[in-house]
Amino acid sequence: MSKRKVKETHMPVGECISQYGYIFQVQMILRERFCHQRLPEKPVGMESQHKHLLELLRRTAVHGESNSVLIVGPRGSGKTMLLNCVLRELLEVKDVNKNVLPVHLNGLLQTDDRIALKEITRQLNLENVVGDKVFGSFAENLAFLLEALKKGDRSSSRPVLFILDEFDLFAHHKNQTLLYNLLDVSQSAQAPVAVIGLTCRLDVLELLEKRVKSRFSHRQIHLLSSLSFIQYLDNVRSQLSLPQDFPDTNFYDEWNDGIKTLCEDQSVVDVLQRHYNSSKDFRSLHLLLMLALSRVSASKPAIKPTDLLEASRVCMVDSKANILHGLSILELCLIIAMKHLNDIYEGEPFNFQMVHNEFKKFLQRKSHSIHNFDKPVVIKAFEHLQQLELIKSMDSSTAKIQKEYQLMKLLLDHSQIMEALQKYPQCPTDVKQWAMSAFG
Amino acid sequence: MVRYFTRLRMRRIYKWGGRPYIFDRKLKSYGFEYLNMSVEGQEAVTTVTPGQYILIEGNDDEYPFVAKLLKFFGDESHKQKKALVQWFLRLSEVPQNKKLLLGRSPHPQEIFYYLGRACDNEINAESILGTVDVQHVPEDTPFPEPGTKDTLYVKLSWDTKAFNVLDPVLMQDTPASTPPKPALPLFPPCASPTATPVSRGPVRRALPTPDPTVMRRAGSVSDTRATMSAGKRSTLEAESIHSASKLSASKILSAKRRGSAADTPGVRKKLQLSIGASPGKKMTRADVLCELLDEEMESEKVISLKLSSSVSHSLQHGCSLSPMRSGCKTPNGQRRFPWKLSSISLDRLSPTALGEQDLSSDLLLAVIPLALEDEVFEAGLPTDAGSANTPKKRQATPRRNYVREQKATTPSRRKESAMAIRKPALGVLAEEDSEDSPMQPIALTPRSKRKSAQLVSLRIRKQLNLLDNTQELISDGDDDCFVPSKKDLQSSSDEEKTDSEEETRGRNCKTSVRTPCKTPSKKKDLQSSSDSEEETMVRKTRGRNGKASARTPCKTPSKKVTPSTPRHATPSIPSRTVPARQPGNILEEARARLHVSSVPESLPCREQEFQDIYNFVESKVMDGTGGCMYISGVPGTGKTATIHEVIRCLQHASDMDEIPTFRFIEINGMKMTDPHQAYVQILQKLTDQKVTADHAAALLEKRFSNPAPKKETTVLLVDELDLLWTRKQNVMYNLFDWPTRRHARLVVLTIANTMDLPERIMINRVASRLGLTRMSFQPYSFKQLQQIITSRLNKVKAFEEDALQLVSRKVAALSGDARRCLDICRRATEICEHSTSHPSSAGLVRMNHVMEALDEMFSSSYITAIRCASLQEQLFLRAVIAEFRRLGLEEATFQQVFVQHRALSRVEGLQPISVSEGLAVCQRLGACRLLLLEASRLDMLQRVRLNVSQDDVLYALKAVRD
Repeated sequence: MSKRKVKETHMPVGECISQYGYIFQVQMILRERFCHQRLPEKPVGMESQHKHLLELLRRTAVHGESNSVLIVGPRGSGKTMLLNCVLRELLEVKDVNKNVLPVHLNGLLQTDDRIALKEITRQLNLENVVGDKVFGSFAENLAFLLEALKKGDRSSSRPVLFILDEFDLFAHHKNQTLLYNLLDVSQSAQAPVAVIGLTCRLDVLELLEKRVKSRFSHRQIHLLSSLSFIQYLDNVRSQLSLPQDFPDTNFYDEWNDGIKTLCEDQSVVDVLQRHYNSSKDFRSLHLLLMLALSRVSASKPAIKPTDLLEASRVCMVDSKANILHGLSILELCLIIAMKHLNDIYEGEPFNFQMVHNEFKKFLQRKSHSIHNFDKPVVIKAFEHLQQLELIKSMDSSTAKIQKEYQLMKLLLDHSQIMEALQKYPQCPTDVKQWAMSAFG
Repeated sequence: MVRYFTRLRMRRIYKWGGRPYIFDRKLKSYGFEYLNMSVEGQEAVTTVTPGQYILIEGNDDEYPFVAKLLKFFGDESHKQKKALVQWFLRLSEVPQNKKLLLGRSPHPQEIFYYLGRACDNEINAESILGTVDVQHVPEDTPFPEPGTKDTLYVKLSWDTKAFNVLDPVLMQDTPASTPPKPALPLFPPCASPTATPVSRGPVRRALPTPDPTVMRRAGSVSDTRATMSAGKRSTLEAESIHSASKLSASKILSAKRRGSAADTPGVRKKLQLSIGASPGKKMTRADVLCELLDEEMESEKVISLKLSSSVSHSLQHGCSLSPMRSGCKTPNGQRRFPWKLSSISLDRLSPTALGEQDLSSDLLLAVIPLALEDEVFEAGLPTDAGSANTPKKRQATPRRNYVREQKATTPSRRKESAMAIRKPALGVLAEEDSEDSPMQPIALTPRSKRKSAQLVSLRIRKQLNLLDNTQELISDGDDDCFVPSKKDLQSSSDEEKTDSEEETRGRNCKTSVRTPCKTPSKKKDLQSSSDSEEETMVRKTRGRNGKASARTPCKTPSKKVTPSTPRHATPSIPSRTVPARQPGNILEEARARLHVSSVPESLPCREQEFQDIYNFVESKVMDGTGGCMYISGVPGTGKTATIHEVIRCLQHASDMDEIPTFRFIEINGMKMTDPHQAYVQILQKLTDQKVTADHAAALLEKRFSNPAPKKETTVLLVDELDLLWTRKQNVMYNLFDWPTRRHARLVVLTIANTMDLPERIMINRVASRLGLTRMSFQPYSFKQLQQIITSRLNKVKAFEEDALQLVSRKVAALSGDARRCLDICRRATEICEHSTSHPSSAGLVRMNHVMEALDEMFSSSYITAIRCASLQEQLFLRAVIAEFRRLGLEEATFQQVFVQHRALSRVEGLQPISVSEGLAVCQRLGACRLLLLEASRLDMLQRVRLNVSQDDVLYALKAVRD
């Protein structure tokens, strides 16, 4: 607060307005970057893969050579980004521009071959497409598409790029008909095609039937980032920095200097190190930076280390901690009783009756602050816990067994419970002690 | 109802005539002088003798096959009846692409002397439909006037390559070789091939689409009819019609159709008679006789004897009458004619009907009214000159038949009976007589005619589908009158019907262009117009309806207009604007050659397999038999490629005329959505029809189980056979059963990956039919792979020898998959290209390039993936292993692992992570399939397993830490 006041007093009105504009622009630029709405100029850390893929697709586009390739990498490693960069670059080449027909498919959208075929014919704009609808039965569509592809030849027909996102899901289609046919086309003298599969599964080839596998060229482009922490840090800096073409050089310098100092701050480095240890992919990093960026405003025109720390805290927070904080004392007591039961029976499932007994024992022996609750009330609390999915029924059929005797398991780790107790507002001390005691 | 049907089923009977004159001891076969064809239970007999030109029933053609009969022979038991023939081809049987060789538009009745060897010249005598007339036309003389539609003309010969001028000697020996025909003492010239055009029926018209089943049924129907007495007959048949209508839609159709068709014969009969009556025209006595006799043929002999008097009577008139041929056609008269006829016939004929019912004993009566009719007509009708022209065509065929059939019936008797009948003729039951009169012509026609007619009828029936409803009401009344039961319209009646219809149509309704007999829907209309009075009214309306409704379905079988059927669209990928660039340097050239898709000049390393398959297919094609072969082998061992090569060679051989032509069809189990689609695809490739799976199965079944003399061998390649498996295995069963049929001429080559597929997935009856002709493609050895690459590169020097050897050894050791080998080589050329700064300066592909390519393709990525994983992920993997060791199991819950994880991170001096983070780490590893996880809804209780061996994990992690 005080800071802001100081700034406001310092700045003239006009500058303040322009400050607003710049901040707005900064947020625009960075958000686009973090939300993957704009492709980077050059994919980072995957130059060789980029070259390989570009070369491959260029040959398909220019020479009419059929190819098939898989891009494999863990989630968030930039498979789609790489492919999009390559496609963008490919389409910039003059004689390729009008000569390729990209077909985008996604295993999560085209969940079976029927839908996939319709989508292909639609995107290829073949003759049986009227408007957005594809006519004909499944069998007809398949025959139709194969016929179309068969008609083409290497030199005269336009190359088709089949981009199969979530490639592994296509392998689960019946008989792998689609994959067989696409790969078969890529291995025979028909219309030139390039089949590009994107997947995060390393064992994807084992999913393919052997005759499908034999038709696949076994080219795999692995995107496994072997980024060191230094590079990671550099990357963070460049991600947060403003581009060269920012309109106001003053602001540009100011912002970039601020980022530079930010990245040298020890606490920030620690936070980033922690993130780096947890995962190297950029998507989670972007999430973190996004949170930090959202705390920037005209009155606070720079990212401070505290912003990043706060963002990191939000990112790292345990998802169940908040639920535990919202529980009533009775429910908390039940959870503690369950914890004790877990300790006693070494993780064996328990039922309500056991928990209730444990709870009553506690009330009789140690409790001073907790009243005796009626059993229905306790059952209600127990059911609430079940609804929150803090406990989970082990039996599949709930109808046959009485509620009290259904076997349950606790979905909480001890550490989570203890942490919650520490932070629970005004937790009675006898409850805390009970929780910490070794056996009930 | 059904009972009538079963009764109606009968067969044609073929009997050897004369004594066996040759006996071949070696073959144990007899030669025979002639063959008598008759319909069971019926006296009419057609005699076929060697030297005659015959029509042979075919399966898939518009017209039956034409051939010259050379010899009859049979075995000792006289059960098998065979015939040797010399084939003639219609232009429609010449391959599409060769038709242009003719260099002129063909004459509609032109046929070609067949000199090829592909067709078996031995046929089953029981497929003979009848005789036909064939004339040789010298090369430079024009074809005769189109007036004589019943003769076929030969000018050229066809030897599967080109049309040649026919050596007249080939044709001339025909009459000489004709043995005496004892059965035809009266009119020998008519039966002989050199007969005057008069005797020739509209052969072409009568022939459309012979459908054996229909014909059989038709034959049987006519038989029953003949056996029954006339009076009963009509009722019975009427009943059967009704029953039919109840039984199935198709039957209804046929019944309706029959009803409508049946009336025409009556009309025609009348027409003929009237023609005969018209003064100043010459009708040979013989012709008249023929007609009359023809009618008689049907009736039992006893009856026919009685008829002798009537013949003479009719002859008196007949002599003075004009033959139909010469009739001048006046449009006006034409139209009126049938009407008058009908009215007259009603009056006159009714008595006969009465008489029939009274007598109820025989056909005699049925026959007589016609004769009567003749006379009446002649007397009472001032026939228009125009009327004469109609029957011209019609007349020819029946007459020919009469001649043939005529045996000992004496014409003179006819008159008596005719007279006798005239007396009761006063009763007027118009419908009754119309019933009877049409019947006779139907019954009279010889079998060959009948068959063709049935074909026509079948077609008409199809198109009349929509007529049914309108006809239904009327049909009850009509059905009584129109005897011919559904399947059976007799040829003569049909022919005539069509003719008359066409003519009337051409005159009356000028809207439609006259097309010869190909559009049955028109016939229908015509028919209706040329009917007897009351019927005309009814029919006309019917015909109109039929015209409107029935025609549409047949003319537009698939609605091309609507976007819903893309079947007629010609699918294609748009063509590129800039042509594909050709390979620029040696590496690109090599890469293009090494692509799996490039077709090599030859297939090295599969010589033995090639030879085996070649011999197998070739022998089957040569013999005209069928067979199955099962080919197995792991993917990429050249199974499909070898077969394609075999087929290419065989095609070449057949082009060179070394082996008969054959047809190659390929289906792939993977390229269809459902095993039953196999039928659809086969049928589509065979005949270009597009039908549903069930229908396709039925059509194929028919195609492969029925004889069709000129059928060429079909070679069917079934790739990925295991995909055609169904629970009942009926697809596979059919595929393997067809080749075993006698007439199928089907060779099935099947491909699958596993050697024991027949034993593993096929039930016994399927595996047994597949047989034991099996072949297994072994994986390529390294030498073979090396040879394959070398032959593909074909002197393009892009690889070092050692590099090639390394690739082939490596692949041979792993899978022996040639595709893999080629792909690696291709990748190696790329690596080589990239390794140098200028692609043009790149040298040979060396060992290191190949090594790199091999590494890329064969090395497991798991270890790299673990090395590249984040610290927490690596820690989690270690925790998993630690927990496994602790438990002594290969499985643990996340909760258990997480405890270990936390302990480990404490040891490593890392800040412990929260449970949520831990789960996220676990899920990431699960997504890569380094770990195998249960469903994530189990949260902390989900079980974790490693997807990599523990040693690999430890190895990878150790390398990281060092």
